[in-house]
Amino acid sequence: MSTADAGASPTDRAKASSDSLRARPAGFARDVASIAGRALRGVPRDLEAVTPPIFIALFFFIVNIATLERVTQSGASGFDYTAFQMPTAILLGVTGVSRAPALVLDVQNGYLDRLLMTPIRRLAILLGHMVADVTVAMALTLPILGLGFALGVRFETGVLGVVAFILLAALWSLTFAGFGYAIALKTGNPAAVNSTFLLFFPFLFLTTSYVPRSQLSGWLDTVASFNPATYLLEGFRSLVSSGWAWDDLGKAMLAIAVLGSISMTMCFGALRGRTKRR
Amino acid sequence: MSDFAIQTESLVRRFGDFDAVNGVNLQVEKGEIYGFLGPNGAGKSTTVRVLCTLLAPSGGRATVAGFDVAKRPGDVRLRIGAALQEAALDPKQTGRELLRLQGRLYGLPKQAMPARITELGELIDLTDALDRPIGTYSGGMKRRLDLAAALVHNPEILFLDEPTTGLDPVSRAAVWSEVRRLNEQLGMTIFLTTQYLEEADELCGRVGIIDRGRIVAEGTPDALKRSVGADVIIARVAGDAAHLGPVIMALPGIQSVEAHGTELIIAADNGSAAISPVAVALNESGAAVRELTLRTPTLDDVFLELTRTHIERADTTETDR
Repeated sequence: MSTADAGASPTDRAKASSDSLRARPAGFARDVASIAGRALRGVPRDLEAVTPPIFIALFFFIVNIATLERVTQSGASGFDYTAFQMPTAILLGVTGVSRAPALVLDVQNGYLDRLLMTPIRRLAILLGHMVADVTVAMALTLPILGLGFALGVRFETGVLGVVAFILLAALWSLTFAGFGYAIALKTGNPAAVNSTFLLFFPFLFLTTSYVPRSQLSGWLDTVASFNPATYLLEGFRSLVSSGWAWDDLGKAMLAIAVLGSISMTMCFGALRGRTKRR
Repeated sequence: MSDFAIQTESLVRRFGDFDAVNGVNLQVEKGEIYGFLGPNGAGKSTTVRVLCTLLAPSGGRATVAGFDVAKRPGDVRLRIGAALQEAALDPKQTGRELLRLQGRLYGLPKQAMPARITELGELIDLTDALDRPIGTYSGGMKRRLDLAAALVHNPEILFLDEPTTGLDPVSRAAVWSEVRRLNEQLGMTIFLTTQYLEEADELCGRVGIIDRGRIVAEGTPDALKRSVGADVIIARVAGDAAHLGPVIMALPGIQSVEAHGTELIIAADNGSAAISPVAVALNESGAAVRELTLRTPTLDDVFLELTRTHIERADTTETDR
């Protein structure tokens, strides 16, 4: 196990360094950064977690335009269906992308216990993962935006609007990630975490993903009016097509805040439950 | 309470109606290797999880490094390292990344980490593997890395929960050697749970035997073995052994002699010291000795005496509660 070499043995050197290596709380910011760094290093080793969403987003972006552009643009002059579809593609790309599957594996293989035996603040474990999620979500919006620009989409709000668009996408992604973390920490079961994609369907398809709100009718219009994704999409679309429409952006932020308050309450509650020494 | 590295008073840990730890009293001196021995489900791992601040006590009190585990868990965490029953590692990180992250979380200076990781890599003989994903490590390598992760911050007290379960004999001997070295050279207090008798015998200055959540015996391995009775010398001779009984009984240090056909069962205070005089006496009596064996009590005998149950042998790998 230990190797003797010329001069001091490893244990002797360990002993010599023991005075300079005294454990102390690292500080909240360093804790968050350490966990975020680890989570981000894990992304390229876990490409299967980010490749399918981005592929699906780009695929449906192109297919939906090809399928519905003519139908939707024929009824309204000046309506740009490509610009209309880009926010839908963004939602497909970033919704449900998180490090929750990695966290649930930490629960399963005992690594979370190792973290809990260090002086780390419990909150930093979750926040570190969330910082990584926001970073990944922002990165995932870039190829979709790139494709949109290539297809001729231009932002009425300019560069600042693009930045706002990316931030809004990242916040939405974080809001949705909260559900994944809540399930991961509550159940410790990877299969349960994977099932969070079921939430994806009502949020992303019972709304204005394919046609404007004015084209929805009956029960779907009613359901869409209660779906936060509807207001988020309107906020996204206003940035692209209308300029700084603060009313739409305000509603989008409110939708994120309402859903986010639910998901964050759930996931931080689950963290408390998991780390409580019951 | 702070004179001891670890001290518990009537420690209880309850899961629903079940008392996994039921009134455990421990006093582990600084610099001691203390073995916690017991069969599966005896409460060894639960005790360790309480002492490592992963579980709160349901009753009683526990201090580690002088700090109450319930009231000052943060202070305890700064002073302990632990390698729990299953190596708690992230298979997608490399060994170096894992150790570096551990160092960061313990607030170690960034510039000190490369040298510290090199030291630990040498200590656990994993230098060449540190840049490989942990998922590619063998079971023994994972155990050793787990141990290194527990040592990153030079803890005062090291908890090892069944550190050699599932290891091959070579890896087991290597872990034993390292545990001894850490204790002797760094003065680290080591609290070690095991279900292996050899391990407790080999490493521990004192042993506590736990059964159904209670400590049923405690002492040095030798004292515990002595507590269950004398050494036994078994002599097999040609012909009837009955007439040899009085001859042996007359020797000093002999407690009793029983003859069963060709066999004499001799209880002695110190078997090692008595076996030569027994052999000489048998020879001088004209007995043709076919076989002469000495059997000293084992920790298994202690456990059997106390609990009517055998402890698992080293070739089993079941897990404890």
